[in-house]
Amino acid sequence: MTDNRHKIEQVPPRSDWRDPAVEFRKGTYCHSAGAKYVEALGLPNPRDWNPADADWKLPSDWKEIILNGMAERLERFRSFKLFMDVCVRCGACADKCHYYLGSNDPKNMPMVRAELIRSVYRRYFTPAGRVFGSLAGGRELTEEVIKEWFYYFYQCSECRRCSVFCPFGIDTAEITMIGRELLNLLGCNINWITKPAADCFRVGNHLGIQPHAFKDSLEFAADELEEVTGIRVDIPIGKKGAEVLFVMPSADFFATPHYYTLLGYMSLFHEIGLDFTYSAYASEGGNFGLFTSHEMMKRLNAKIYDEARRLGVKWILGGECGHMWRVLHQYMETMNGPADFLEAPVSPVTGTRFENARSTSMVHICEFTADLLYHDKITLDPKRNDKWSVTYHDSCNPARGMGLLEEPRYVLKRACNNFHEMPENTIREQTFCCGSGSGLGTDENLEMRLRGGFPRANAVRHVREKHGVNLLSCICAIDKATMPTLLEYWVPGVEVAGVHELLGNALVMTGEKERTTNLRGEPLQAAVPETSPAEVVHG
Amino acid sequence: MAALVAVPLLASAAGVGKGILLVGIPYAAFAIFLGGLCWRVVGWARSPVPFRIPTTCGQQTSLPWIKSAPLDNPSTGLGAVGRMALEVLLFRSLFRNNRAEIYDQRYVFGDSKWLWLGALAFHWSLLVILLRHLRLFVQPVPAFVLFMGKVDSFFQIGAPALYLSNVVVLCALAYLLLRRLWDLRLRYISQFSDYFALLLLLGTALTGVLMRYGTRVDVVAVKRLAIGLATFQPVVPDGVGIVFLIHLLMVSALAAYFPFSKLVHMGGVFLSPTRNLANNSRMKRHVNPWNYPVKTHTYAEWEEEFRDKLLMAEIPLDEAKHD
Repeated sequence: MTDNRHKIEQVPPRSDWRDPAVEFRKGTYCHSAGAKYVEALGLPNPRDWNPADADWKLPSDWKEIILNGMAERLERFRSFKLFMDVCVRCGACADKCHYYLGSNDPKNMPMVRAELIRSVYRRYFTPAGRVFGSLAGGRELTEEVIKEWFYYFYQCSECRRCSVFCPFGIDTAEITMIGRELLNLLGCNINWITKPAADCFRVGNHLGIQPHAFKDSLEFAADELEEVTGIRVDIPIGKKGAEVLFVMPSADFFATPHYYTLLGYMSLFHEIGLDFTYSAYASEGGNFGLFTSHEMMKRLNAKIYDEARRLGVKWILGGECGHMWRVLHQYMETMNGPADFLEAPVSPVTGTRFENARSTSMVHICEFTADLLYHDKITLDPKRNDKWSVTYHDSCNPARGMGLLEEPRYVLKRACNNFHEMPENTIREQTFCCGSGSGLGTDENLEMRLRGGFPRANAVRHVREKHGVNLLSCICAIDKATMPTLLEYWVPGVEVAGVHELLGNALVMTGEKERTTNLRGEPLQAAVPETSPAEVVHG
Repeated sequence: MAALVAVPLLASAAGVGKGILLVGIPYAAFAIFLGGLCWRVVGWARSPVPFRIPTTCGQQTSLPWIKSAPLDNPSTGLGAVGRMALEVLLFRSLFRNNRAEIYDQRYVFGDSKWLWLGALAFHWSLLVILLRHLRLFVQPVPAFVLFMGKVDSFFQIGAPALYLSNVVVLCALAYLLLRRLWDLRLRYISQFSDYFALLLLLGTALTGVLMRYGTRVDVVAVKRLAIGLATFQPVVPDGVGIVFLIHLLMVSALAAYFPFSKLVHMGGVFLSPTRNLANNSRMKRHVNPWNYPVKTHTYAEWEEEFRDKLLMAEIPLDEAKHD
């Protein structure tokens, strides 16, 4: 039977990109943000509206707001100003974007996405554009253009893949971030970003899980872990004077398969006797402010350092999450530092001083665990992961906004016997996004997510067919939330797991009972395939 | 009688016209080039770099036993200089280029080095050609310029000997133009300015080549003009010829157009924050000059709001507030 799903056509574009008309087709855009969430964050123009409507209820001076907003950001961000000027449209980025590869919509080519805002910049901010208009690549700012921006800046996952290939390092993520900031000035935001941001601001995490429920989830996880291992682990919350504050993305304690990664962290911390604490106040490492504005990013991020200061910890350990680490690595200390109340992180088990995090005082769990393994401080039984044939998906932000490539691989190769890399143009700094990053992982956007995730799924399909890979491991909460759907659609039979779930499976804990299941409660070995009737007949 | 007046007038008008073409326009164009380029670079430099946002293209520097990628993901200033050098001199990022193509219902990513090769060939040959032009502006001709000319005409094809850089620059420009027309994706995004810049460059190169290998040009006269311009003692020589004039005007147009067009990427590439910064943001605090206080939800406010729930769950309250 032929499978038409895989037929992605490469039709050359014919239309004129200057025409801003956009059709808001169901499945390819996200719902607008509810007024109460916009209001809760004190963002402009809260109202009920729908992107598919003709009237977006923009403020009457919307044009002035945008142009002033652009002027302000051109003065604040060299990246923005420079990236508006230096593109030569060489086309190297064109086929690097997963949304373009999956949708074939020419405005998803990174240079065109940038051109949507660049053309307005030329028309209103450069002498050539002011005088020569469209001849110099300028475009009038109209409401149509705002709608076009909304459509395409919420069709970029800020994954930075194009920026790897750009000869000038033009980073579409920067342009999208500024584009979204400008849209936010008019109240054009999406619910899947603004609601979690509002909940994170008030309650502490994206789903608005209140402190008592937070504790319940962790205790429930401890119960499950006890069933698998026979060991009861502690759940320290808000413990003053602990050595380490542990911050994870909230999905780890309310979503699957994230949850099994949490069980992995818990068993590891127990086994090495780490003196640490969770926090109900800073119960979210993720930061949807990154997808809203630089200011919102800072507002949401502030509680991590505040909590570390209040609890008097020495340093902070961070769980598996992609965009969370972009913020922690590249923005946190600049925004909310200096972290002079913390110490340079030192592993209490190996004595390793994490020089690369000496100022920010925050260490990635993969760095921490790789160091433990290198010094043979924990014992692993990789056979317990033998039912899995594992590949590793580099999450965009740790790969291209940090360079965390080898640490998770080191952990995986020690924890699993069967590990296979995807093709080289699809991993490490060239990794493909899951198609749902930067706040676009919502169900009403499913078609675009599946299209955007196609190149990634494609590479998974390759290793599935070549090596029988049946598990994709990753270190990003959005990946874990959205890739099961993606893979079920494109590559059925491949499941998704966090690196520390596999570590937790393999970890030999002191005093544990004999393990019969993995952290998911499934038998350790794959069921022996039943002999099919056909084979019996034909011997 | 009328002729006696008219002839010298016409002659002097012609002289003034020639002066404008050969001296006035080049000076004006060069002034616009320098002033405009400075204005652009200063404009970029005046906007701060609030965050340290390198695009990391290799393994970070973390644990001592993990091999890092010092040039694709530098953690030191020196490494960043190395990364920039690779970027500017060898077009490192463009070298990564690959092409996504559908094959057997899936994408495959084949190497695609043509753009890199074409761009590198164009820029380097342009540099060689510009430096070779020094022989017209400086007397005596510097040794390195003579040497460069010798290497460039190493194969001694024809007389005057064929410069390789001339062949390369024309081929590269033709390739860069043709791919814009041929590749439908590129044609979709190409703007007037993309073609205009290429055609100006192509015209300049063709007239230059024509003067060397085709129509004769009075090199002595051209050199007198060039040295005059360079020493700010302009002279207007006779007999430079129409081809030279076109060449000069095209160069002037290019120079004046430069700062206001995409050609400023030459200056911009050095300032790109995703390339010229070391990836050391967890080692060393980067300061944002416009960092301002923001409204947060403080722990005290949060504890107040959730006090009952915290007490119920026996999560310790802040001691300072709880007496």
